[in-house]
Amino acid sequence: MLAEKYQAEIDQILKKFPPEEKRAAVLPLLYLAQREGGHITQTEVAEIAALLDLDATQVGGLIGFYTLLHDKPEGKIRVQICTDLPCALRGAETFAEELCENLGIKLGETTDDGFVTVEEVMCLAGCDRAPMFQVQEPTGIHYHEHQTLETALEIIEEYRKRESDA
Amino acid sequence: MPEYILLRHRDIPGIDDLDTYLENDGFKAFEKVVTDQSPQELIDSVKHSGLRGRGGAGFPTGVKWSFLTPGVFPRYVVANADESEPGTFKDREIMEKNPYQFLEGVAICSYAAQANTAYVYFRGEFWDLAQEIEKKIDLLYERKLLGAGLFGTDYSLDIYLHVGAGAYICGEETALLESLEGKLGQPRLRPPFPAAEGLFAKPTVVNNVETLANLPPIVNRGADWYRSIGTEKSTGPKIFCLSGNVERPGNYELPMGTTFRELIYEHGGGIPEGRKIKAIMPAGASSAMILGTEEVLDTPMDYESLPEIGSQLGSASIIVLDETVDISWVTYKTSRFFKHESCGKCTPCREGTYWMYNVLKRVQGGGGDRHDVELADLVAHGIEGKALCALGEFAIMPVMSGIRLFRDDFEAHIGDER
Repeated sequence: MLAEKYQAEIDQILKKFPPEEKRAAVLPLLYLAQREGGHITQTEVAEIAALLDLDATQVGGLIGFYTLLHDKPEGKIRVQICTDLPCALRGAETFAEELCENLGIKLGETTDDGFVTVEEVMCLAGCDRAPMFQVQEPTGIHYHEHQTLETALEIIEEYRKRESDA
Repeated sequence: MPEYILLRHRDIPGIDDLDTYLENDGFKAFEKVVTDQSPQELIDSVKHSGLRGRGGAGFPTGVKWSFLTPGVFPRYVVANADESEPGTFKDREIMEKNPYQFLEGVAICSYAAQANTAYVYFRGEFWDLAQEIEKKIDLLYERKLLGAGLFGTDYSLDIYLHVGAGAYICGEETALLESLEGKLGQPRLRPPFPAAEGLFAKPTVVNNVETLANLPPIVNRGADWYRSIGTEKSTGPKIFCLSGNVERPGNYELPMGTTFRELIYEHGGGIPEGRKIKAIMPAGASSAMILGTEEVLDTPMDYESLPEIGSQLGSASIIVLDETVDISWVTYKTSRFFKHESCGKCTPCREGTYWMYNVLKRVQGGGGDRHDVELADLVAHGIEGKALCALGEFAIMPVMSGIRLFRDDFEAHIGDER
């Protein structure tokens, strides 16, 4: 249960909004749930709904709408490469293909060891530093810019090492 | 080099440290308005400065503030930090490198609106940046630059962070408010406008990060000084985001009315390998394309001049396309973006962006016939003027202008036998 583990943090989140508008706390609470395993379970949806006096569908519907929320487990880290127009003009599509080829997967797939999912995403406001990607992990999202195949593979290895050390 | 007004960190390294910011007149402007000016005086002075919204719409900021319904409280200020337009990356640099000027701007705007609560709505991808800003906000409370009883007056202000979760549409101000309220980020029908019924149905001002960062210098140095920069109707400095086929992509702070030529060739270092410019998208993916002619290159980049050559300034996200670029591919890329980002609320945009994308994808893949170019254009015209918010209008601009100006690029994908 989220409430048992994170009560102080939940209280802190709720304090940002007028008591009658506590629905506004739903995104921060969904992120909190996602922190556990990188995706949000039906049980957590129900718990958040109860906490905010909402229907489970009002909470669950948000997961499909917002791209950074997930209801299914994928790789431990998600490498999300921007291939929108400005990045594509600077080689992002080729970069994405080469990275996938090197990892032995196609875009949207997860490596056999379940560690990396590579996805194409929409503009990340890093157009002048392409190729670039963000890494979404359960605890947060981090930018990596001015990338080459070599630097990207190194970064993925660092995440992998940190995971195995933990 | 003239001084930087918005990207001040380029002149003063370390201005993201509060003490350094304070040593360089930081929070003098906020103190001055709170202790010395009525909200109305502040609004009048921002009106006089000519500052216009830097998020893309270019609406006069002081005028927007003056629409707040009189006598209704509480009021809210929301800083729009949802920067998501392909080709736009200016708000991020302000918040990363000169964060206190932005936060002071939020505070000044809040005082003008007589709001005691402000929210900064970040796009979720700016996760690390949001953590940094949160620490800086905490520090402002410690130094009594936020909180209750500011500067010995009875004015109080709280600033809270809110992190979105990945949706371009939440940059549209009413969709942002829906998202902040915990709902799907879908635009509202207007009226009522946010100034009457915004966040939690209270009078609300939503301003872009760059807009807010302009406020401290306007207060410190006066509206007349501000008007002396830029053009008569498009005043002040502007951060131009330069991307695409240029030698030195990046943010360039220049006076409104700077020409494309100066930005692209003088500051951006020109086009790789001396290639020619085929087209320019001056407002990111949401642009009507313009040809890279000498006349266009000599056009001043401001809110008035761009419509005269068939486009818009928007958030000034200049994407340069050189002569090697296939424009049908460009429209395929932009339509892919808008199809993905359409919120699904209104039919013309939801269905129209889907069909534009699929037809253009077919053309791109070589499976189209000669009617497909007409079809894409027809679908675009079918969306025109019918969508609930600007996203639908944005989606059709590259497609309609691309087909009009570069039809050959589309037809090149269509085999003779078809």
